[in-house]
Amino acid sequence: MSVAKNLVLHFRPVRLPAKTLAYTHTFGLGGSAFVLVLLLVMTGVLLMFVYEPVPGYAYESIVALQQDVLFGKFVRSVHHWSANFLVVVVLLHLLRTYFTGAYFESRQFNWIIGLALFVCVLASNFTGYLLPWDQLSFWAITISTGMLEYVPVVGIWFKQALLGGPEISSGTLINFYTLHTTLIPVTIVVLMAFHFWRVRKAGGVVVPRAPGEGPQSRPERVRAIPSLLYREIAVALVLIAGVFVFSALFTAPLGEIANPGMSPNPAKPPWYFVGLQELLLHFHPTFAVLVIPTGVCLALLVIPYLQYEENTSGVLLASGNGRRFAAVAAAATAIFTAALVLMDEYLLDFSRWLPSVPAIVSNGLVPTAMLAVLLWSMDLWLRKRCDASRVERVQTFFVVALFAFTTLTVIGVWFRGPGMILTW
Amino acid sequence: MRRKCQPGDGTETRRSFLSKAWLTVGLIAVVEAIWMLVDFLRPRRTRDANNTTLIVAGPVDRFETGSVTAFPAGKFYLVRLEDGGFLALSRECTHLGCTVPWVPEENRFVCPCHSSTFDIRGDVSGPPAPRALDHYRVRIENRVVKVDASEALRRSVFQAGQVTYA
Repeated sequence: MSVAKNLVLHFRPVRLPAKTLAYTHTFGLGGSAFVLVLLLVMTGVLLMFVYEPVPGYAYESIVALQQDVLFGKFVRSVHHWSANFLVVVVLLHLLRTYFTGAYFESRQFNWIIGLALFVCVLASNFTGYLLPWDQLSFWAITISTGMLEYVPVVGIWFKQALLGGPEISSGTLINFYTLHTTLIPVTIVVLMAFHFWRVRKAGGVVVPRAPGEGPQSRPERVRAIPSLLYREIAVALVLIAGVFVFSALFTAPLGEIANPGMSPNPAKPPWYFVGLQELLLHFHPTFAVLVIPTGVCLALLVIPYLQYEENTSGVLLASGNGRRFAAVAAAATAIFTAALVLMDEYLLDFSRWLPSVPAIVSNGLVPTAMLAVLLWSMDLWLRKRCDASRVERVQTFFVVALFAFTTLTVIGVWFRGPGMILTW
Repeated sequence: MRRKCQPGDGTETRRSFLSKAWLTVGLIAVVEAIWMLVDFLRPRRTRDANNTTLIVAGPVDRFETGSVTAFPAGKFYLVRLEDGGFLALSRECTHLGCTVPWVPEENRFVCPCHSSTFDIRGDVSGPPAPRALDHYRVRIENRVVKVDASEALRRSVFQAGQVTYA
C-alpha cells in the first residue's frame, strides 16, 4: 500500500488546491488519455501474440483472431475504439488546456510536450490503420502517403522511406508495424512521464478563477490522497466501463482484404486527416499539405512564448470579451468555411480566371493571400475597434483555425460521396 | 592542485584537447548512427532487382488500334493508339496514387478517388491530377511487344517521343 502511495505521489503533489478538483474544470481529460493509453498497451500486447505483419498473413491473422480466439473480437474492438477515442480525448485536452490559459509561465514547455504527444498519438493511430490490411486501410494509407509527394524536395524520398519502396508492400507493413509497436509507444511513455512531472512541478493543474478575479496567493489545499486519487479512479472506471460496453456493442470494422488493383469509391484517409484532404481539394498541393499545415504547427508552438500583456491563466476563455469574440468567431468561421467550400465547388475557379500564371500562384498563393488579408483585417478590427488584448486576439485566431478545420473535417467525412462530389 | 589547472598551464591544454577529441569522436558516432538509420530506411529494392522485370505482352497484331489492355502483373495498361503506336501507362493516379480503371464507354481513365480523368494517351483531361500518367519503356522485338516494368517514367504531358512503333 505504501509503495503504491509513494508511486502516486511521484506524479502528484502531496497537497493541491481544492478548486482544481472540480470535474467541470478539467473533465478528467488528461487522466482519461492516460487510461486509454494503458488500455491500448494491454490490448496491443495481446494482439501482438496473434498478428503477423506480412501480406498474405496479416488480414488472415485478424480473421482468425476474430473467429477462433476467445474474446478476440472484443480485444480488437477495445484497441480500435480506444485509439479513436484517444485522438478525440487528446484534442479536447489540448482545447481545455488552451481555453483555461494553462500555458503561461512554468507551464510553457509542458504545452510543447503536449503537442509532441498529440503528434505521437496521431502517428500511432495512422500506423495502426494499415495493419488490418483491408481495403479501407490500404487505400487510406495510399492516399495519405500520396499527399507527401507534394512536399517539395524531400517529399518523395520520405514517402519511399516510410513505405519501404515506391508503393505499399511488405516493406510498408513491417515499417508501420515496427513504428506502431515499439518506437511510437516508447516515445509516448517517456513523454507522458515528462508531461506529468511538469504538471507536478507547476503545483498541479491550473487553478480556475473568474474574469477580473486576481490569482489567489494561498488557495485552500487538500490532500491528493484521497481527494484527487479517488476522483481519478472514479473517472478511470467509468471510462473503462464505457469503452468496454461500446466495444461489446460495436465490433471494430474489418472490410474486404486489400486489393491493390481496385480503389474503392470514394477513398478517404483516416477521419483525422480528412480535413487535410478537403484542403487539398481547394488549394494547390504545395499550400494544402505544406504551407498551411506548417504555418498552423508553428503558430501552435509559439502560443506559450508570445509576449502577453497579462497572465490570464485559470480564466476560462481569457476574459468576458474573450468569450464573446470566441463565440462570434466560432459561428462565423463555421458558416464562412462551409460557404467557401460550396463557392469553390460551383463558382470559384482561379486557374481559369488567371490563365497566364502557374497553378501554384493562381490556386495557391492567390487564395491563401486573400484569406491572410481577411484574417489580418479581422485582427486589425479587434485591436482598433474592440480594444482587444493580445491574449484575446490570439485566442480568436485559435478559434477560427479550430472551427475551420473542424468544418472541413465534417464536410470531408459526411458530405463527400463517390468521386469526392458534394452530397447531402 | 588548483594552480595546476590555471589557463596557459600544460594541464589545461591537455584537458581541452581531450574534451575536443571526445566531442569529435561523439559527433562522428552520431553521424554514423544517422547514416546507418537512413540506410536502414532507404527504400528496399525487391530482392530480385537484378532480374529484369521485362514483361512480354504478346505479338503486335494481338492488340487492335485504339485498344487498352490491362496487365495486372506489371501494374500497367498497354495502349495501342489509333496510328498503331504502343504506349505503356502506369495505372497509378498522379493525384494521390489510387488505381485508375479504363472506362471504355467514356473512352478515358476515370479515377474513383477524386474523379481525375485521363485520355487514352494518359494526358489529364480533368483535374485534380497534376500531370499525365507515368509510363514505362516499351520495346518491340521481332514484332513482339515487351514492357520494362521496373521503372515508371514521370512526365508532365504526353509527347510523341513516348510512343513506340512496330
